[in-house]
Amino acid sequence: MDTEEPVVKQPKRRYLISRKVDRVFQNLYDVYKFVIRFFKEVFLPPYEFKEIIKQFYEVGLRSLPLISLTGFIIGIVFTNQSRPSLTEFGATSWLPALISIAIVRALGPLVTAIIAAGRVGSSIGAEIGSMKVTEQIDAMEVSATNPYKFLVVSRVLATTLMIPILMMYTVFVALMGAYINIHQNEQTSFTTFMVDVFDAITFLDIFASLFKSILFGFTIGMVGCYKGYNSSKGTEGVGKAANSSVVTAMVLIFIEELLTMQVINALRAL
Amino acid sequence: MKKTNPNINKENKVISIRGLKKAFEDYKVLRGVDLDLYQGENLVVLGRSGTGKSVLIKIIAGLLKSDKGQINVLGQDVNKLKSKELDELRLKIGFSFQNSALYDSMTVRENLEFPLLRHSRDLSQQEIDNLIETVLDAVGLAQTINQMPSELSGGQRKRIGIARTLILRPEIMLYDEPTAGLDPITSIEINNLINEVQRRFNTSSIIITHDLTCARDTGDRIVMLLDGQFQRQGTFEEVFNTDDKRVKAFYDYNFIE
Repeated sequence: MDTEEPVVKQPKRRYLISRKVDRVFQNLYDVYKFVIRFFKEVFLPPYEFKEIIKQFYEVGLRSLPLISLTGFIIGIVFTNQSRPSLTEFGATSWLPALISIAIVRALGPLVTAIIAAGRVGSSIGAEIGSMKVTEQIDAMEVSATNPYKFLVVSRVLATTLMIPILMMYTVFVALMGAYINIHQNEQTSFTTFMVDVFDAITFLDIFASLFKSILFGFTIGMVGCYKGYNSSKGTEGVGKAANSSVVTAMVLIFIEELLTMQVINALRAL
Repeated sequence: MKKTNPNINKENKVISIRGLKKAFEDYKVLRGVDLDLYQGENLVVLGRSGTGKSVLIKIIAGLLKSDKGQINVLGQDVNKLKSKELDELRLKIGFSFQNSALYDSMTVRENLEFPLLRHSRDLSQQEIDNLIETVLDAVGLAQTINQMPSELSGGQRKRIGIARTLILRPEIMLYDEPTAGLDPITSIEINNLINEVQRRFNTSSIIITHDLTCARDTGDRIVMLLDGQFQRQGTFEEVFNTDDKRVKAFYDYNFIE
């Protein structure tokens, strides 16, 4: 049995710059490690197929009602709001092309990502955060199961692969909304509408939108998982994790949109 | 009062800790802890909240890193193990969490299957079902197999948590506050279950608690953690037969008699 040791106060911790600045850099390094770990773990067995399929269902199928409603309404509203400007120049026949470019290039990926950030990102942040504060993640670890692989890899894979699919679905539904509105007002046939739509876009537009959606999906999954995985302070921390998952993901999505737009415009100019 | 387990093998230390130190920022939690756990023994670690009892078993399970000291579990130095080696060691350790830590999106069956599906891949579904049935019988909750954790009472959750650790047949059990938040009768049931697990599965256990009834009913040996070190050890009587005011205050506060 030990003899009692006199209480010795530890020296104060030294910081490189200041406590806050050091913490910012430490957090950035933690994010870097968290992201890099995904690329290491995703290819290594064992694979959690059952959990991945469950997450595909959660991210994809369960988002469909909201995506359908939002996409359809956006198609109708955007067509309606664009019509007066084109009518002034007698150019309402350009409506399908205008709608097509707007939806395929920007609105489709962006709206899908924002809805997914709100619905899926917050749910991932809250679920993993709650598992963290109730020691379920520790329970996985002590049973020699890799919680990162089971929770993070499956969810990030699901958002990365499902959001491009949801984006294509959003584009389709929004175009259908636009077609109904155009058909009612301009009596345009479905074939003419579709020909105009596909004439206006290029392969680069479709490729760029898919690429953006993959990026947005990865961001949403990664941010939700990181915030959840690093939550603390009980139920308050879970709420914060859910909230900051949405806010951070949305800010990053807009920054990524801006940057990819610049790159794609540069490619288009080549 | 628990009768000391006659099967304790004092020749075989399953856990041996020397000079363990752990601090969080400026707060020193463990200040040089030495501990031995013998094969077949139930060792109770007593202490007030915040004295580092849970930290101690989390270090043993490799969930936390120690600042200093040697932690030897089943002949292996936990600090020197690689990730894969640590996972192999963890399969021999069962950890019962304070709040059970059941996976709340899974049924009781799925909770119990979870470690089996990952570590006993060669088992047939029939064998998995048999193992689940055995551990559920051991904790007396066979009827809850298809229930969700949210549908269980606190005591039932604890039992299922213990069943989940037992399914991999661990050699060592670590119980973190097994009776915290339970009514006295359920606490007694959990204490009996801890003793039953020791007998039936021949485990060696560390039981972290501040509940003296739990300590008295489950411990073959009791150590008391005060100011980051073990101050007293022995049987229940030996530990509390002292003039140390801190130990006496702890005893009086529990109103055990």
